[in-house]
Amino acid sequence: MKYLNADQVTKRMDGRIAKNNILKMLFLLATIFGLIVLAILIYRVVVDSIGWIDWNFLTGRQSTDAERAGIMGALLGTLWMMLVVAPVTLILGIGTAIYLELYAKKGRLQAIIQTNISNLAGVPSIVYGILGLTIFVRAMEMGNIILAGGLTLSLLILPIVIVAAQEAIRAVPGFLSEASYGMGATKWQTIKNVILPAALPGMLTGAILALSRAIGETAPLTVIGIPALIIPFPEGIFDKFTALPMQIYYWTIDSSLVAEYANLAAGTIIVLLVLLFVLNSAAIFIRNKFQQRF
Amino acid sequence: MSLLTVKENMVMVNNGNIDIASSIANNNVVFDTKELNLWYGETHALKDINLKIKENEVTAIIGPSGCGKSTYLKTLNRMVELVPTVRTTGEISYKGQSILDKSFKVENLRTRVGMVFQKPNPFPKSIYDNIAYGPRIHGIRNKKILDEIVEKSLRGAYIWDEVKDRLKENAYGLSGGQQQRLCIARTLAIEPDVILMDEPTSALDPKSTLKIEDLVQELKKDYSIIIVTHNMQQAARISDRTAFFLDGEVVEFDVTDTIFTKPNDSRTEDYISGRFG
Ligand SMILES: Nc1ncnc2c1ncn2[C@@H]1O[C@H](COP(=O)(O)OP(=O)(O)OP(=O)(O)O)[C@@H](O)[C@H]1O
Ligand SMILES: [Mg+2]
Repeated sequence: MKYLNADQVTKRMDGRIAKNNILKMLFLLATIFGLIVLAILIYRVVVDSIGWIDWNFLTGRQSTDAERAGIMGALLGTLWMMLVVAPVTLILGIGTAIYLELYAKKGRLQAIIQTNISNLAGVPSIVYGILGLTIFVRAMEMGNIILAGGLTLSLLILPIVIVAAQEAIRAVPGFLSEASYGMGATKWQTIKNVILPAALPGMLTGAILALSRAIGETAPLTVIGIPALIIPFPEGIFDKFTALPMQIYYWTIDSSLVAEYANLAAGTIIVLLVLLFVLNSAAIFIRNKFQQRF
Repeated sequence: MSLLTVKENMVMVNNGNIDIASSIANNNVVFDTKELNLWYGETHALKDINLKIKENEVTAIIGPSGCGKSTYLKTLNRMVELVPTVRTTGEISYKGQSILDKSFKVENLRTRVGMVFQKPNPFPKSIYDNIAYGPRIHGIRNKKILDEIVEKSLRGAYIWDEVKDRLKENAYGLSGGQQQRLCIARTLAIEPDVILMDEPTSALDPKSTLKIEDLVQELKKDYSIIIVTHNMQQAARISDRTAFFLDGEVVEFDVTDTIFTKPNDSRTEDYISGRFG
């Protein structure tokens, strides 16, 4: 060996291996730290909500009386809102991603749009609330109905959905689209038959994860003026409503007045967590089931 | 070894026949390239290329890595345009039609000029759907016609017997060599006139390679084939004419036999005898 001295290499070996082990421990500690915090959080919420999640709580109407209060209205509000958010963000998000990745000329304009979309993903959610209030609630005179809330949350997660969809498109191997173009397919035929089927699982997982972020959002809803107490169940997207995170928010604030509200808030958190768990499982299921292998 | 010698003899006999034919009529040129220049941004990848490629022949393109072989091949079906920075000047006419004109529909061109890539690239679909892809995008919906095309194309690429019982299975379950023949069958399914092949055997074992070489010999009865290869023996075995590229230029283009036995240019000789590249 000319450049590598065997003795030196052996001498340094122990140090290198020790360093590797130390770093492994550090990374493990970092992971454990996060897990512990999460465990404490869940433990507290579960303890607080024990005995409070019953049939009446799940299906009942809102009430100021802690014993009678239920979250069905808020749950329906959240679900209706998702029924607005899901199609709006999927159609606009995937459409925008297809345009930016596959049709737009790569140039300065495209770069500016791209940077703005990435930046928008980092804008505080309360700003989207103000936007929603200005456009949907006031300018379009919708009032604080489900449609307005859903569109506001759509704006909020649209950048995330777009970026996720773009990444899914970029992950489709170029040799697949080349094969399609090489047989005389048009761009749209290639997108429809080759790129979308390969990218769709990634797009959907991204969209579902974004959706679960929207479900937990409170700030934009407070800004567009979603009320704390609303007795009738919403029956469509033009109804006034409240949502699960709003319920948690108001019950937590008011727990200084009525101590039991803290238990109701904890119960609602559990319901919200279950909802998120279902959504994330769906995302994993879609990824595993429909992912193409090549 | 003896097999190779037989094949080489066969090629030379073929060369003889086709030369007689081409001297009679000069209009059997599929691709006439005149003063073709191509840039990737600032990189001048093809310089003043002039080549006449004949019908129903196998034309081999050889040359060291980076000399522009793939680039030239991809200008013939304008796949090179997928790279946004590409700029071309000069002219390529395909059977008398100028294909570099923006008015020439690229989808039309690629239906006439099929391509087989270096790495087998089947779609993550069934074997059947892979072959039916081309006919379908060109509007064929009739199940019976599609069945016919699928069988004919798979037979044409000599892979029918190996896959006829598993047409509904994913193409990625096939071996690399089978995948490449599937890709050739997929190209046959659009019934092109020309088949471009960019190092189609470089990812394959010797046995699959021989199968593809045999296939190329068989296909040239009905198609014009242009094949890029790094394998000198392969070029000698299967092609009628050979173009030697170097640094984006065509150094020499002649009957394969001449290129490999008495090349005009010393650089050609250096390359084929393995002195550089
Ligand atoms: N997409 C691209 N962008 C910029 N330059 C490119 C691109 N593709 C090829 N080139 C350049 O063009 C020249 C010719 O490349 P090409 O791929 O045609 O070579 P090749 O002869 O096929 O080489 P190989 O035998 O390694 O496949 C090279 O200098 C290469 O770096
Ligand atoms: Mg190449």
